[in-house]
Amino acid sequence: MRIILQNLTKTFPSRNKKSNEEVVAVKDLDFEIPDGKLIGLLGPSGCGKSTTLYMICGLQKPTSGRIFFGDNDVTSLEPEHRGVGLVFQNYALYPHLTVKQNILFPLQNLKGADKLTKEEMLDRAQKAADLVQIGELMDRKPSELSGGQQQRVAIARALVKTPRVLLLDEPLSNLDARLRLQTREEIKRIQRETKVTTVFVTHDQEEAMSISDMIVVMKEGVVQQIGQPQNVYDDPDNLFVAQFLGTPPINTFDGVVAGGTLFIGDDAVLDVPASVPDGPVSVGIRPEGFIPDENGRFSGKLVNIEVMGRDCSVVFTNDSSRKPNVRAIVDSDIQIIRGADNTVRFDLKKNKVFIFNAETGERIRFDDSDKSVRV
Amino acid sequence: MNNAVTIKKQKKPKAVKDNFESSSNFKAWLYLSPALILLIIFSFYPLINTFRMAFLNGYNGLAIVGGEKFTIGIENFKTVINYVDFKLCLKNTLLLCVVTVPISTTLALLIAVALNSIKPLQKFLQTVFFLPYVTNSIAIGMVFNAMFTRVGLGDLIQTQGIINNIIGIFGIEPINFVNVGSSWGANMFVVCTYIIWNAIPFKILVLLGGLQNVNKQYYEAAKIDGTSKIRTFFRITIPLVSPMLAYVIITSFIGGFKEYSSIVGIFGDGMGPGSNGQMNTLVGYVYNMLPKSNSGNASAASLILFGIILIVTAINGYVSKKKVHY
Repeated sequence: MRIILQNLTKTFPSRNKKSNEEVVAVKDLDFEIPDGKLIGLLGPSGCGKSTTLYMICGLQKPTSGRIFFGDNDVTSLEPEHRGVGLVFQNYALYPHLTVKQNILFPLQNLKGADKLTKEEMLDRAQKAADLVQIGELMDRKPSELSGGQQQRVAIARALVKTPRVLLLDEPLSNLDARLRLQTREEIKRIQRETKVTTVFVTHDQEEAMSISDMIVVMKEGVVQQIGQPQNVYDDPDNLFVAQFLGTPPINTFDGVVAGGTLFIGDDAVLDVPASVPDGPVSVGIRPEGFIPDENGRFSGKLVNIEVMGRDCSVVFTNDSSRKPNVRAIVDSDIQIIRGADNTVRFDLKKNKVFIFNAETGERIRFDDSDKSVRV
Repeated sequence: MNNAVTIKKQKKPKAVKDNFESSSNFKAWLYLSPALILLIIFSFYPLINTFRMAFLNGYNGLAIVGGEKFTIGIENFKTVINYVDFKLCLKNTLLLCVVTVPISTTLALLIAVALNSIKPLQKFLQTVFFLPYVTNSIAIGMVFNAMFTRVGLGDLIQTQGIINNIIGIFGIEPINFVNVGSSWGANMFVVCTYIIWNAIPFKILVLLGGLQNVNKQYYEAAKIDGTSKIRTFFRITIPLVSPMLAYVIITSFIGGFKEYSSIVGIFGDGMGPGSNGQMNTLVGYVYNMLPKSNSGNASAASLILFGIILIVTAINGYVSKKKVHY
């Protein structure tokens, strides 16, 4: 089911009685979720991603704007008529019911023409349970299950009524690291098998990048960028998106563009087209954008080198960096040559260097046909 | 030599430990003693003594004066059970419990759910519903008496309470609820109304607390799954507040078996209209026996009451083990 959000806005009344200022949770959301895809709503806490999810499922009504499922306007439709399955952050499994009863619960609500016989219900519950691989746990109570198993039960309960849209609210946040990795693959598999349009909310960029077909990056209720994870990573629209995606995070610097050259500190690090206006800019350089080179144009003072097997992380300082340390990820085979006073020099991969407006943080794009620039 | 050394080494720390333990034990008992002494004097001794008195045939509390020895037996129990008034008391008590506990619990649950689902005036209404709990039960009894009263007959009615005035609007003849000559059924109706009204506030408080602790997400999940309101109530709300329900039911059964002050409030300590004792309860019976130097019978009666409460509570506990979801 294709989902279209049109100018969706949600405001909450002010908590503070003295000021009448409303809290804008979601502002003017306008995008389309293609049928059968897995979409990640990504953003820091309080960016309105959960509110967006709740508006899609109908538990919260938008202040303005419209929501379409396919061609149907569902904006004012009650949640039970939307055909959505929602998996809550802490699963919300009924603690007094067994796994089987929990999964059966939505089916037992069906009325009229949709009503199923007992056998059909049990059959569908078993199929849903098998899909998420908890078929043997049907007679347990939720309290007797691990977090990951509870998560699966919650997904089975959401899927058993064959929803048109599956919504997951922070599905992995209550799991430990290893289970998280396993479960996110599981979610991807289930989504591929059922082909149900799935929207999930997360603040973990790695999680969103790894399983989504498309990510929607949000900040303070406003969509920052929408696209395939790799595209958004490679081509961020603004400084926020660039900083939010990627581990280790992007290195940011205060820079200046003057006469077609980008300066970081005193180093003229990159030639940029004349289309880039002169003046101060914010510069983001991905950790993998550094190429160690003793004659490189970018310099820093080495702090230490962390070897992590396949590659190593070169930690150095630079006076223009906005954080105390700059981190570069380089192949561990490459010899790092230290100059006098522990100076290390790098060349930069042009496609890993992003220039942003110093005030607004908007990206200033320049031609990056040349993949890497060497002196 | 070697052996001696090891033994010595082992013993020494042990002695220190013993010393330390006994001194800390002494301190523990010292700190507990104020509470313990009071408990022994006012709870444990009377409790044990009740058993003793109940099994001494014809015990009247004057043993030492007369120098007479009582034989051990179950005469007291026989007397109590064969006593006509005792059967009435038992009947009254059981009926009060069976009628008032389910009604007051159901009403309290409904009111609690209603209170929980409204936002405006919730705090105010909570206070209103809680008022009976903080009002003196004798005072409420007297007000109930005034509300249900009717003095005189037919055209000669001199004064009547608000209840008779209200039913008079519907053309119903005034009923003698509480005054001399009133029937046992009418009395029972008034007492049950009183107990239900008086029992609801505490139950609302407990159940409301339970309801407010239920995670809202269960209701959201149910809503998305299209669960009807009634099904949500029976399949989600009730199981999730069942520990509170069990608590409320068990305590109100126990309270019901100990019912006494409500009847005194309405009828005075004659325990019935015109002090005829027709509304007497088990606890009332025990109190009646005491001034008549029948402490043997009183003890036996309270042991019977104890037994009944024990059985009912055990049944409650058994049922709630199966039905309550902790």
